[in-house]
Amino acid sequence: MTDPTKPADFIRIRNVSKHFGDFVAVDGVNLDIGKSELFSILGGSGCGKSTLLRMMAGFETPTSGTIEIDGVDVTNQPPYERPVNMMFQSYAIFPHMNVEKNIAYGLRKEGIAKQEIIKRVDDVVGLVQLGDFRKRRPDQLSGGQRQRVALARALIKRPKVLLLDEPLAALDKKLREHTQFELMNIQDELGVTFVVVTHDQEEAMTLSTRIAVMNEGRFLQVGTPKEIYEYPNSRFVADFIGTINTFEGTVSRIDDNAMSVDCPELGGDVRALIDDNTHVNVGQQVCIAVRPEKIFISFEEPEDHEGVRAHGVVDDFGYFGNLSLYRIRLESGRTIQVSWQNQRRSAKRFVEWEDKVWVSWRPRSAVVIKGES
Amino acid sequence: MNKQSRFILAVLAFGYAFLYIPLVSVVVYSFNDSKLATVWGGFSTRWYGELFRNDQVLDAAFLSLRIAATSATFATILGTMAGLVLVRFGRFKGRTLFSGMITSPLVMPEVITGLSLLLFFVSLHGLIGWPGQRGFSTITIAHTTFSMAFVAVIIQSRLAAMDESLEEAAMDLGGHPLRVVFDITLPLIAPAMVAGWLLAFTLSLDDLVIASFVSGPGSSTLPMYIFSKVKLGVTPDINALASLFILIVVVGLIVAWMAMRKTQTR
Amino acid sequence: MPQRTDKTWRRVTIAIPYLWLFVFFLLPFAIILKISLADPIVAQPPFTPIFDAQGRLSVTLDNFLFLLTDKLYAFTYLKSVFLAGAATVLCLMLGFPMAYGIARAQPAVRSLLLLLIVLPFWISFLLRVYAWMGLLNNYGAINNALMWLGLIDQPVQMMYTDFAIFIGLTYSYLPFMVLPLYATLERMDLDLIEAAQDLGASRTRAFWDVTWPLARAGVIAGCLLVFIPAMGEYVIPYLLGGPESLLIGRVLFDEFFVNRDWPLAASVAIVLLLLLVVPIVMLQRSQTGEAETAA
Repeated sequence: MTDPTKPADFIRIRNVSKHFGDFVAVDGVNLDIGKSELFSILGGSGCGKSTLLRMMAGFETPTSGTIEIDGVDVTNQPPYERPVNMMFQSYAIFPHMNVEKNIAYGLRKEGIAKQEIIKRVDDVVGLVQLGDFRKRRPDQLSGGQRQRVALARALIKRPKVLLLDEPLAALDKKLREHTQFELMNIQDELGVTFVVVTHDQEEAMTLSTRIAVMNEGRFLQVGTPKEIYEYPNSRFVADFIGTINTFEGTVSRIDDNAMSVDCPELGGDVRALIDDNTHVNVGQQVCIAVRPEKIFISFEEPEDHEGVRAHGVVDDFGYFGNLSLYRIRLESGRTIQVSWQNQRRSAKRFVEWEDKVWVSWRPRSAVVIKGES
Repeated sequence: MNKQSRFILAVLAFGYAFLYIPLVSVVVYSFNDSKLATVWGGFSTRWYGELFRNDQVLDAAFLSLRIAATSATFATILGTMAGLVLVRFGRFKGRTLFSGMITSPLVMPEVITGLSLLLFFVSLHGLIGWPGQRGFSTITIAHTTFSMAFVAVIIQSRLAAMDESLEEAAMDLGGHPLRVVFDITLPLIAPAMVAGWLLAFTLSLDDLVIASFVSGPGSSTLPMYIFSKVKLGVTPDINALASLFILIVVVGLIVAWMAMRKTQTR
Repeated sequence: MPQRTDKTWRRVTIAIPYLWLFVFFLLPFAIILKISLADPIVAQPPFTPIFDAQGRLSVTLDNFLFLLTDKLYAFTYLKSVFLAGAATVLCLMLGFPMAYGIARAQPAVRSLLLLLIVLPFWISFLLRVYAWMGLLNNYGAINNALMWLGLIDQPVQMMYTDFAIFIGLTYSYLPFMVLPLYATLERMDLDLIEAAQDLGASRTRAFWDVTWPLARAGVIAGCLLVFIPAMGEYVIPYLLGGPESLLIGRVLFDEFFVNRDWPLAASVAIVLLLLLVVPIVMLQRSQTGEAETAA
């Protein structure tokens, strides 16, 4: 959630488009990012996220629209004049300079006094824990060390905004988790605004204060990780972030704060909640989306009248230690996914293959998504 | 488009014009009817006809082709052996001298190579009476020596890029080392050998300086014949000969390029 | 890793190319060295034997002393260095932007551009130099074009000048400059240039801070590949230069064939080789370095 005391207009992106010939990479995007946010732009390859980042860095000029940073219009400023620095996906460490020279490069271009440079290099090298590697050449560094050189090299310029292009993609899984928290700590300590571009939804979820999900040059949803996970506003977002079961249906009745949706795959009317943002009419096509972990499994039919329930057979299940994943074939023939926390060993007996079970969820666990996409 | 890329484009255009205008002008003038090579006297193909009636040109061309084919074959055999030795044989006594001798001809000015070989042949003749007459054999030896270096470099880079485990697998499956070379290594480096042969062939066909040193009276290669004529200035029949060369090379490269694209897209 | 090769087969494979190079490459050099230390005589062969009739060693440094003291030779060497150097610089100035442009072109265009760089290699060197005779002539294409444009009223003498040699050298060896430069520039990570700009370097600054130092290996290789053969060039000064445009390659040739002074020709060759030893060793270093990083 954004801090209400810091208005979210440190970076203002207004109607920005970028065309490459006939191809529209970014299509009229609007976005506000607050000071000290750790903001992620999430999307698959070719969705326009890298182009957007490169426009913020100054490597591409928007076909139309403006970009403001801290009240200054930077749309047509070259990269070397912007108060913005970038950490490249490849890290782009200069191979012909040692660690220290790489890190000091940006300050030397600013013409800062030698004493000052030495002091600031000392500070930043301490911050990213590269003290022992100052004189190393880049080819003698590990992937994690290279990542930290790239980070230090960008941070030493004290940018107003740090852009990170897939910052963790080049690291192996173990290191990625560790580095993720390191990045968050450094961001927290310095209060610099981070804009991260990534295709990895898990990375975006853990790192960010807010996420923008991007597809085909547009933002589909902008919100906190929780908002995006719990209340996806489209099939695309729901599918892209985590796993979700979706059921097509038609609105059959509307009450004050709830409605009935006729879902053939669930064998008839099911209840769903209406919140302030859902405006639906009777007869409208909607989609009920429910996460696997929000679904209960039981041998007996649940008693809750309001709840959504369906009968089915366990097709397949996988045991993952802390949780189990089930694929359950409903009577309609539709298969859904359910995950089950293995907290209680007291359960009378485990649910197994070919068991006949009931699945159910509370109306407030499901999300109603309008439209087709 | 920014200033930098406009500058680059301008230099590219200038560079290619610089490389190709001379060639184009030769081709244009080869169809010039006038005997004065610099004055345009109307379109004609007569110089091509004269070229094919000129016995000296045909003899010289035939000698050059024989030398080129023979020396390219020897150079490919020796160069392939040398490449194998350098990449796959590890250390042996005198390896440094060997790799030095292999790479030196690549960078040696032609006049030095030519002079040294001529002095060598003269001394050899003084000692053992061979070669009595310098010509085909001496030029072939000279060309083999300097073009085997080029073949060795091509083979070397191909072998270095090739996975040695293929050969090890063949030996693991019971292949005798010598068999492995013929069954596995040679087929895999065959394209490089073909490229090496073609390069050696072209180098031999192209060489004037070394051949001038090591040939004797009465045997002149095509470049030697051309040189003796163009020393005196521009002549229309040489324009025709040059145009033929250009035609052959352009057609050959287009065919090779299309063949390459075809295998790439497949 | 040494392979478990059959011993005899291994020895034979090493021995054949080894012997060939030893006999036809190394021995001839020993002979050049030997003859450069002899006196010329009117005989066949036209030099004194290294051991005289009494079996005493008979060597002389006269030839080298002559080369050092004679102004003409010193001048010839200097002129060769100067012309080869100037052609190298022009090749670099033309070749670098060309290689850069090719390396940054679309892949389909790139292979065509590269082919056009390589194509002249396959056309006779002699005929390519010859092509310039027709262009540089007083009544050649260049003079005709300039007169037609009204830039000059009378033909400018270009043929048989040092300028013609300079153009000929640049033209013939330009591809040798472009190819190694292309190889290094094509491999370069473009992110590095953007990173430099991102950190405050202008386009020009980023070029000198990043592109240029990283292209150094290619620049060195390209310059040497142009300079070394240009130093010993014979055909270009003969065909395009005037009778007084004496470069070493041509002096060596004439000394041998016209004056029949074999010992002096051999010493000219030795001195040329000494001049080129440093660049040749540098070139071999840079190439083995390349091969190792490529492997």
